[in-house]
Amino acid sequence: MLIRALHDEGVDLIWGYPGGAVLHIYDALFKQDKVEHILVRHEQAATHAADGYARATGKPGVVLVTSGPGATNAITGIATAYMDSIPMIVISGQVDSSLIGSDGFQETDMVGISRPIVKHSFMVQNPQDIPMVVKKAFYIATTGRPGPVVIDIPKDVTDPSRKFKYQYPESVKLRSYSVPGKGHTGQIKKAVEILLAAKRPVIYTGGGVVQGEGSALLTELVTLLGYPVTNTLMGLGAYPASDNQFLGMLGMHGTYEANMSMHCSDVVLGIGVRFDDRVTNSIAKFCPGAKILHVDIDPAAISKTVVADVPIVGSVTSVLEEMLELIKQSDTDVDRAAIDQWWKQIEGWREKDSLKVIPAPDDVIKPQQVIQCLYDITDGDAYVSSDVGQHQMFAAQYYKFDKPRRWINSGGLGTMGFGFPAAMGVQMAFPDAVSVCVTGEGSIQMNIQELATCLQYQLPVKIVCLNNQALGMVKQWQDMQYGGRYSHSTYAESLPDFIKLVEAYGHVGVRIEKLSELKQKMAEAFALKDRLVFIDVLVDPMEHVYPMAIKGGAMKDMYLSKTERT
Amino acid sequence: MRHIISMLLENEPGALSRVVGLFSQRNYNIESLTVAPTDDHTLSRLTITTMGDDRKIEQITKHLNKLVDVVKLVDLTEGAHIERELMLIKVKATGAQRDEIKRTTDIFRGQVVDVTSTIYSIQLVGTSEKLDGFLAAISGTTILEVARTGVSGISRGEKVLSV
Repeated sequence: MLIRALHDEGVDLIWGYPGGAVLHIYDALFKQDKVEHILVRHEQAATHAADGYARATGKPGVVLVTSGPGATNAITGIATAYMDSIPMIVISGQVDSSLIGSDGFQETDMVGISRPIVKHSFMVQNPQDIPMVVKKAFYIATTGRPGPVVIDIPKDVTDPSRKFKYQYPESVKLRSYSVPGKGHTGQIKKAVEILLAAKRPVIYTGGGVVQGEGSALLTELVTLLGYPVTNTLMGLGAYPASDNQFLGMLGMHGTYEANMSMHCSDVVLGIGVRFDDRVTNSIAKFCPGAKILHVDIDPAAISKTVVADVPIVGSVTSVLEEMLELIKQSDTDVDRAAIDQWWKQIEGWREKDSLKVIPAPDDVIKPQQVIQCLYDITDGDAYVSSDVGQHQMFAAQYYKFDKPRRWINSGGLGTMGFGFPAAMGVQMAFPDAVSVCVTGEGSIQMNIQELATCLQYQLPVKIVCLNNQALGMVKQWQDMQYGGRYSHSTYAESLPDFIKLVEAYGHVGVRIEKLSELKQKMAEAFALKDRLVFIDVLVDPMEHVYPMAIKGGAMKDMYLSKTERT
Repeated sequence: MRHIISMLLENEPGALSRVVGLFSQRNYNIESLTVAPTDDHTLSRLTITTMGDDRKIEQITKHLNKLVDVVKLVDLTEGAHIERELMLIKVKATGAQRDEIKRTTDIFRGQVVDVTSTIYSIQLVGTSEKLDGFLAAISGTTILEVARTGVSGISRGEKVLSV
């Protein structure tokens, strides 16, 4: 029944791991061929893979795990999806209804444990409720601000001997759940007036534009106005990064020009963003001269940290459409002279070239050079998943994403171990696409068991490991704030031989140690189109990520290198 | 400032824990909480008193509204409203104090609902302030037990919280 309901909901792929409480469901899976199931090697990877699939396709990812440890292993992945507003359905088995509360074998209160990190959750009480619960779960997960929904099902509820008349509901109505549609027209008018009168505007957009499929409209708006645009870590790809109006990423490791423009702006149009602490730095010092126009589908995201002068609650597409319409109809024109002057100032900041890479001596590879090389080899058209740390920031800074849904990373929760399973999810969604996982030797070890899954299902993911033999971002902070005391951030002597390791799993490994061989070896690795290749690149272990925001400062306050600051 | 937020909640398992969990998760404070089903048995009415400035209260109401189980919500303190709390209090009532306690109870329009030769159990209904006032007034006596229900309330006049 459950599988049939999933199929009726349009699901053709689920990620999971069997166990006692879900055996009825697994038996049902065995007897059909409409829903494909991918067996992962750890439940956390199932959630990340479903998450990667959802980010790349826009469709909800579906996960099936057993009760107890199966459910708790899924928690990190659910929290990851929750923080980044990713639509996901997690079906967890539960012990028999009669055993709930008795501390039965593999019993855990999944609805309770997951409560703070789900959009909503259900515990199915009766078999005949399954179709409606599935329908509601998908509706809630995918509409409004998306998010993960847990369906906890006691084993007796999926007992095949309990028959009932199956009917999949056509529609769903929840009296307590409404999806914001169009923004308030009066507010949008007000925002457009302020926007058109701006002398130093910045358009600042985030994951909401990617999730809300607003990229094309955003591009149209930015082009029409001729204003500068910057993306958050989650929003990369919403506006083509190779375009001149794009200032690069903003925030803690954003470009000099993006952060300076924000700080000196008179109008900030924030779309699908949440004024996260990694962007704003000190709230009190944030954009002192700017009027804040904030568009988001979640009313609770507005004025949560930075108070909006013009709040607009609505879907990104509807608000952007209305804005474009109003701008085109408007008698007032953009203050072109002021905007030209503003661009002149921005070009001045740009000349600083804050992402300049200074080559290392002795043929040593800089991590940034690996990302640049990756960009060239993949023609800037790969799906890039990343783990968390320095490599994540380098990828975000140096891989110029021109399309949405190409950059897949755990921005909110910052989950190490996310990248590789997410890349599997992408590869399943797009078998012919290049799915790359940019990782480090720290993060990759958090879900390396999925090498086996990739062999079983022939997923030719490319893993680019920026190996600096340390937990690079931790080490960087220890360098900058803890007098270089590397407390438990290094382990060079105990690192595995990744090449042997991946070969043991039946894949191909390539080690690159010199800059002079980087390009050729990378090209060779990517030429192996139908194989998983692990590219272990030894990089300069002392490199830091710059620019970097100075804690407690304004957005203009940045370290630009080890010796230079604003 | 103190706010009284009252809401209609789906009368379903887990709904209450979602509301309470939201408060602890986001570091909001619950001063008191009452909850019981309404005349429509599919709905519970839940009333929370909490402290915070306008921005915090705005965040609290927005996040509560996002909970799928919360059907409708009102901040009663935004307008004229009636609030009541019930208190049961057991005090030692012996000697000269016995009469004094009875008199104070009458002044506060409370009732002695149970009695022994040494003890009064008193019921008092009113605003939280009034209940506090009563406790202060009998502070000279030995209070053995206090059970307060927390605040419940409705708006004055035509304004109604319903689906």
